[in-house]
Amino acid sequence: MNKETLSPGTHSGKPKAISRRKFLKGFGSGVVGTAVMPGALAAIAANNEKEKSTEVSPPHADKVMLSLKVNGKRVRALVEPRTTLAELLRDHLHLTGTKIVCNHGECGGCTVVMNGKAVYSCHMLALDAEGKEILTIEGLMNGEKLHPLQQAFIDKDGFQCGFCTPGQIMAAYALLLENREPSEEQVKEAMSGNICRCGAYPNIIKSVMEGAAHWPGR
Amino acid sequence: MPPRKIVKTSYMLENDWVESMAEVSTETEGLWKPDENLKIIGKPVSRIDGYDKVSGTAQYTFDVQLPNMGHAKILRCPHPHARIKSVDTSEALKHPGVLAIITHENTPKIPWYDNTSFIFDPHLRYVGDDVACVAAETLQAAEEALEMIRVEYEILPFVVDTAEAMKPEAPKLYDTGNIQGGEPNVYKRGDYEKGLKEADVVVEDTFITQVAVHNPSEVHCSVANWDGDGLTVWDSTQAVFGVRDAVAKALDMPASKVRVIKKYMGGGFGSKLDAGKYTVMAALLARLTGRPIKLALNRKEQNLAVGNRPNSVQTIQVGVKKDGTITAMTLSSYGTVGAYPDGAGCHWPLRTLYRCDNVKTKSYSVFTNAGQSRAMRAPGHVQGTFALESIMDEVAEKIGMDPLEFRLKNYADKDQVFNLPYTSKRLREAYEKAASAIDWNRHKDRGRRDEPGEIRYGIGMATQIWWGGGEPPAYATLKLNRDGSAHVLAGTQDLGTGTYTFIAMVAAEVLEISIEKITVTIGDTADCPYCNLSGGSLTAPSVSPAVHDAAQLMKSKLVSAASAALEIPETDLKYEKGTIFSIKDNSKKITITEIFDKMNEQVLIATGARNANPKGYAINTFGVQVAEVEVDTRTGKVSVIRIVGAYDVGRILNPKTAENQFHGGILQGIGFALMEQRIIDNPTGKVLTAHMHNYKMPTIHHTPDIQVFVVSTADMLISRVGAKGLGEPAHIPTAAAIANAVSNAIGVRIKQLPITPDRVLNALSQKR
Repeated sequence: MNKETLSPGTHSGKPKAISRRKFLKGFGSGVVGTAVMPGALAAIAANNEKEKSTEVSPPHADKVMLSLKVNGKRVRALVEPRTTLAELLRDHLHLTGTKIVCNHGECGGCTVVMNGKAVYSCHMLALDAEGKEILTIEGLMNGEKLHPLQQAFIDKDGFQCGFCTPGQIMAAYALLLENREPSEEQVKEAMSGNICRCGAYPNIIKSVMEGAAHWPGR
Repeated sequence: MPPRKIVKTSYMLENDWVESMAEVSTETEGLWKPDENLKIIGKPVSRIDGYDKVSGTAQYTFDVQLPNMGHAKILRCPHPHARIKSVDTSEALKHPGVLAIITHENTPKIPWYDNTSFIFDPHLRYVGDDVACVAAETLQAAEEALEMIRVEYEILPFVVDTAEAMKPEAPKLYDTGNIQGGEPNVYKRGDYEKGLKEADVVVEDTFITQVAVHNPSEVHCSVANWDGDGLTVWDSTQAVFGVRDAVAKALDMPASKVRVIKKYMGGGFGSKLDAGKYTVMAALLARLTGRPIKLALNRKEQNLAVGNRPNSVQTIQVGVKKDGTITAMTLSSYGTVGAYPDGAGCHWPLRTLYRCDNVKTKSYSVFTNAGQSRAMRAPGHVQGTFALESIMDEVAEKIGMDPLEFRLKNYADKDQVFNLPYTSKRLREAYEKAASAIDWNRHKDRGRRDEPGEIRYGIGMATQIWWGGGEPPAYATLKLNRDGSAHVLAGTQDLGTGTYTFIAMVAAEVLEISIEKITVTIGDTADCPYCNLSGGSLTAPSVSPAVHDAAQLMKSKLVSAASAALEIPETDLKYEKGTIFSIKDNSKKITITEIFDKMNEQVLIATGARNANPKGYAINTFGVQVAEVEVDTRTGKVSVIRIVGAYDVGRILNPKTAENQFHGGILQGIGFALMEQRIIDNPTGKVLTAHMHNYKMPTIHHTPDIQVFVVSTADMLISRVGAKGLGEPAHIPTAAAIANAVSNAIGVRIKQLPITPDRVLNALSQKR
């Protein structure tokens, strides 16, 4: 997906997962490269990039097999190492409920739950999910039946356009896994990494509180 | 034959006065009076599309995946002003996975931006202007190929600063100069010079607002798929029919062969009102490759190339008598539309909000080497209201009058530009409601700023005027099934505003059936009758009467059928919950299913239309917001604690979604007031804030306590439904109210948005 996704400064996973080319690309065209670099320096970076681009390998080469659990099912996928978790979910597994909004780990639109914790799936490599258990918005469903937390977002109208909603719900789910009775302040803290451009925040807070009140087993 | 006419009509759309003709319904049956006992309308109803959105099954354009689909990416100009000397795509074409590349050299000259440019124009006018487009097997391959396209540019002098661009010696974007239209937009009423002479006090000040970017969650994107000579486009748009016609025109093909679909969209806020170049490029590449092509912008492109709210520098003069009567108002403003035509005026609030006989406004829209501006949630009004409502507070302070009293003193009872009465104006009630809810008397105490401590509190208000009455043409088709369930189709759009839900609610209310029996299809040019674009807060007030009309028409059909079946005159029959009874003898009745059986019908169809707007009236929305803020004088940080709003927006169809829309308008207003700004580096012409970490937007932590009251009921002069739009009204006054509250808190006025901590600290240090 976006070449700017995997800039080295922000990646926290296995360093071997980033190819030299990706590293250089990330450096050359990332935020630092184009946004604030003075003109002359930027031009040098751009030239470097052009040289490196001759090294580009065919897009289907060097694929690696990875194995993980998605929504309770074992999944094996053959992917390029640069594939992000969001791309794996959306493009390979066709689970398009997970959205990509900024593709930079800045907005939380792509939030999924990995081994019980909320993660930005646009901001980690699929390889880093090897052996992990991933839960997406689709995985909250029981057949066609909604999870009480999903129902709470309908009942409290916790969205408008709905595009950030899967990410909001998964962030809330991760919070409620850890804390079944969060205070409003705790909800705000846990949800503060999820931008809703429509500004449905007051109802998102209510939805999470409602979801907590109707959590299965309560 | 349904009661129809074709009439002349006129309305305001995003600052433009539109005059046209439209087919309208003249039906008057079934009018919902303000006190009508309605079962569904006006009650909080959960969105009928809620399930799709919370389950992840809602398919946005961004989610469309078709068999054999290729991906496209646009090569964008790295220079603020340049001319392409040569483009060499030979290396890129050899890159594995690349399917096709289009540039100005191999593509017809398709006019764009109001005929000032082309889809591919070798004359490039901003960082981000479109150079070429690559289609490839994968997105990654397309992105890699972009870097292999060799472009030789002739670098041209550029200008990104608005004031600089207005100077005669500035580099020119067009031969005709950098002032759009060659001259300012000027409006005069009365004699402002005389008015200023009559004033006891004249206050003059200058206010500045920043460029803001829409940044909807779903990036601008299209998927194009050809089937022979027919083209289907999935597009993230606020105007499916607008895109259909623009694409058909661009490709020189019949509009009937283009189908545009938009079931769900991740926000637009005005940036998706126009067809995008990317849509046409996707269609061109799809035709060239014989494969479906998806073209999605990334977040950076979203911030460069698909619209923004123009900046403004506004100098206002207000002449006022000691008793608070305004005698004259003038506004001189300029702002940049970027590199291609749009509008940067922000004069409407000053022209119409307060009573004043002597007014002059002069607004320049200026070209600079930056991305084109587009309508953004109440274009012009957000900027204009900030300046106007700031100076209203300044004047009130100068003459020692309470700001609310000063506003009431200059209350306008009619529209002064067109000299027309309003269909309704309940701003006075709105002021009263908001003032009592927030305890406005505290304003006098100037918050608690004279108390010891570093945190200062303040309250401030701002008023809003907008259009939002809707207009024809808008149509809705209702298909009634044998079992009494119904399908409503309308070529409108749901931006997250609740369109799906209110359409079902209106149909259910008129047909007296449960909302669960209704399915709604919108956003599809092949299936749905025409409705206007979704902008200008006109969707609900335009479409809801058309749905009402369709349902009413269906009821008439059923009564007509019952009359034939029961051999009872229509006038002696009544419709009740899907059954038609004889008024005289309740035992004589027939159900929808029985009628269908007798008619041997499967589906009965009725298409309703919106009525004409009343002649001789101005239709507007009004509202007020009061903000309560806390300012930390050590750090300069402003926190919005509470916003109270009160509005005249006609009838509320669904309070549940309406409240949410108010919240959203206010949150975006907080963003505009305190943090959002696009910054362009003057020496390089590059946007420094093209991502979400540096283009700051409100998070859940910025959520204040929000309370909104609606003081209006149905506006029966505009339609049988009486609803007005509120998407833009919700947003207009927030930034101005916050600015006034900050001034109230710290005793010094900040005249430039956003009110960032450095501006607060600077203002405080200048005060000392």
